[in-house]
Amino acid sequence: MKTVIPLAALAAVSFAHPAPAEGPRDAILAAYAAAAAAESPSFAGFSAERGRALYLGPHTGGKPETPACATCHTPDPRARGRHVGTGRGIEPMAVSASPTRFTDAADVEKRFSRDCPAVLGRPCSAAEKGDVITWLAQQ
Amino acid sequence: MLPILAALALTLTVSPALAGENERVPPVTHAATLKECGECHMAFQPALLPAESWSRIMDGLRDHFGDDAGLPDDVAADIRAYLVGHAGRGDGRLMRITEQRWFEREHRFRDDVRKNPDIRSKANCEACHRDAARGRYEDD
Repeated sequence: MKTVIPLAALAAVSFAHPAPAEGPRDAILAAYAAAAAAESPSFAGFSAERGRALYLGPHTGGKPETPACATCHTPDPRARGRHVGTGRGIEPMAVSASPTRFTDAADVEKRFSRDCPAVLGRPCSAAEKGDVITWLAQQ
Repeated sequence: MLPILAALALTLTVSPALAGENERVPPVTHAATLKECGECHMAFQPALLPAESWSRIMDGLRDHFGDDAGLPDDVAADIRAYLVGHAGRGDGRLMRITEQRWFEREHRFRDDVRKNPDIRSKANCEACHRDAARGRYEDD
């Protein structure tokens, strides 16, 4: 009997999460959702459409050479990007193309903390971070 | 690759005098350096700069040649120790590899090199040196 229960539990988990990366990504989104609710009482969930608009821009207020996420990551998030300053290749942002995207909370926060000021001239809100991740997880 | 090779032929004139062991440096073996530095540019080998230059770079990550490259203190300290501990020689007053005298002696760039989307930067070693990430620069 000892092995039956863990196996059953494992089966249930694997049905609920067909891709192994969804657990960490869901946890990151849940943390941003909690932060977004704290930032704004009217927060009613993430929007892939808002995330797409934020990603594509163009924005003003940030560095002139980076008016959008798409500047370096290309308008198609399933494509490889390229750092506009250094020429360094960047793996695709779309989860379908890069399955480990948005699975390390510290890395995700590091990138947002650097890239939002470069693009927008200000930090992203928790809602904006969740919107972008939600959209890219569907691409 | 053809545009890159054509650009290489046009943008560089090369001194053959230094071919050989001088054009190889030990590759980066430190995982955090490969990950964090390599996220935005090739993780440059520590022997390409003197220790003082690496210290200055690690002191100023929040404004890293115009980009925010800030890291948690423990990660930055780990990377600093690796870079300083394996540093090479050069002018410690200069933070850019591309401003070191040996670099300038070895390279002649056309003025429009930055406009080439396959190159972008003098620091994009791999645009021309295909094995640069392994510390091999003799293929010029």
